[in-house]
Amino acid sequence: MKGLGELERSVMEVLWARPDAATARDVSRALADDRDLAHTTVMTVLDRLAKKGFLQRERDGRAWRYHPVASKEDYVAELMLGALDLTGDRDAALAHFARSVSGDEAELLRQVLAELEPPG
Amino acid sequence: MIGAALLTLIAAATLPAAHWLSGAHWTWRAPRTGILLWQALGLAWGVASIGALLAVGLLPYRSGIAGGLADLVTGDGVGLNLFDGVAVAAGLGLGAFLLTLLLYAVHGVGSARRRHRAVLALVARDSGVRGTVVLDHPAAAAYCVPGVRSAKVVVSAGTLELLDQAELAAVLAHERAHVRERHDLVLLPFTSLPRIGLVARCLDAVELLIEMRADDRARLHRSPRELATALLRFAAARPAAAPSGALSAGGGQVLLRVRRLLEPVPPRAYSQVGTVAVAGIIAIVPLLLYVLPR
Repeated sequence: MKGLGELERSVMEVLWARPDAATARDVSRALADDRDLAHTTVMTVLDRLAKKGFLQRERDGRAWRYHPVASKEDYVAELMLGALDLTGDRDAALAHFARSVSGDEAELLRQVLAELEPPG
Repeated sequence: MIGAALLTLIAAATLPAAHWLSGAHWTWRAPRTGILLWQALGLAWGVASIGALLAVGLLPYRSGIAGGLADLVTGDGVGLNLFDGVAVAAGLGLGAFLLTLLLYAVHGVGSARRRHRAVLALVARDSGVRGTVVLDHPAAAAYCVPGVRSAKVVVSAGTLELLDQAELAAVLAHERAHVRERHDLVLLPFTSLPRIGLVARCLDAVELLIEMRADDRARLHRSPRELATALLRFAAARPAAAPSGALSAGGGQVLLRVRRLLEPVPPRAYSQVGTVAVAGIIAIVPLLLYVLPR
C-alpha cells in the first residue's frame, strides 16, 4: 500500500499523459493495470489535487472532468527557476549550493578547476 | 539616565560594528562562532535601538525601562511631555515594526516552501538516497528545502551528469549540513529586513559564513578536494542567465570557499572562546539594561 503522495503522483502522471481532460472513471481505469484501487480513493485524490490548484475541473453531465493546470515540464521549470536564483527574490525558502556567476567568472573557475585536476 | 545613555551608545555602536564585521576575514576560520557573533550583534541592534527610545522617553519616571513602563501603565502617562511621549511611541512602534517584518518573512518563507514541497512531491523522482530527490532538468542545481521532518535535498539531472559519485556525495553532505543546523532559521531574521545598504552587506557576510560552515561539516566525512572540485564544476556550469551585476558576487565567493577547503587555516582555541564570550556579552547586556532601575 503506497502513501497518498505516491498516489497523487500516479494520478498526475496519468493526466499529464492524456491529451484531453479525464473523469475519475478514466483515471481509475488507467491505474487499474498496476494497482488495485477503490474508485472513491481516486475521486478523493482528484479532489485534493484540484483543491491544491494542480487540477482544473469542469462538469460533464453527472461527472467531473479533470485536466492539469500546467504541464510537468512547467512545474519542473518553476522549481528550477527558484533553484537557479532566477526568480529575483533570494529568500530563505531554499539554500543553494552555489550562486550564479557571470560568464567571465565561470571561465576563471574553469581555469582553477583545470589546475586542480590531474592531467589526463 | 545611565541606562538610556548606554543603550543609545550600544545602538549607535552596532552599526559601525556591523560594517566592520561584514568586512572581517578572521571569522572564516571558525564560521560557527562568526555566525553566533552576527546573531548577537543583530539582537543587540534591535533590543538596544528599541530600548534607547523607550529609556529616553521614560526618563521623567526615573525608574528605568521596566519600571518606567509599569509607571506609564499605572499612571496613564501623567508626567510625560510631548517629546517623551513621541520617544516612547517610537520605541514601541519600532518593536512592533521589527516583529511584523519577522512574522511577514516567516509567513512568506513558509508558504513558498509549502508550494515548493507540494510541486516537488508531484514531479521529483526518488534518488535512492534517503531524503534526496532528483528533478529531471538539464541545468545544474543542488539545494535543500528546509523543514522539521520534511526537509529535502534536491539535485537536478544536470547535476548528476556533471559530478562524479564522490563529488555528488560531498555536495549532498554540504546540503544536509544546512538542513541539520537549520541555517534557514539563522538567515530568517536577517532576510526579514530589506536587502539594501549595510543590511545587504551583512546578509552577504552571514550567507558566506553559512556556506563555509556547511563546507566544514561536509569536510568531516568527505574529502575537501572533492567538495572543492564539485563547487568549481558546479558554479562554472551555471553562468547567470541575466547579465546583471548583482548576481555576480557568486564567483568570488566560490573561489574563497575553494581556497579555504584546499588550504584550511585551523581556528585558534582562545580566539573562539573569546568570540563566544563577546557574543554572549553583546546579546545579554542590552537586555539587562531594560531592568536597570535608573
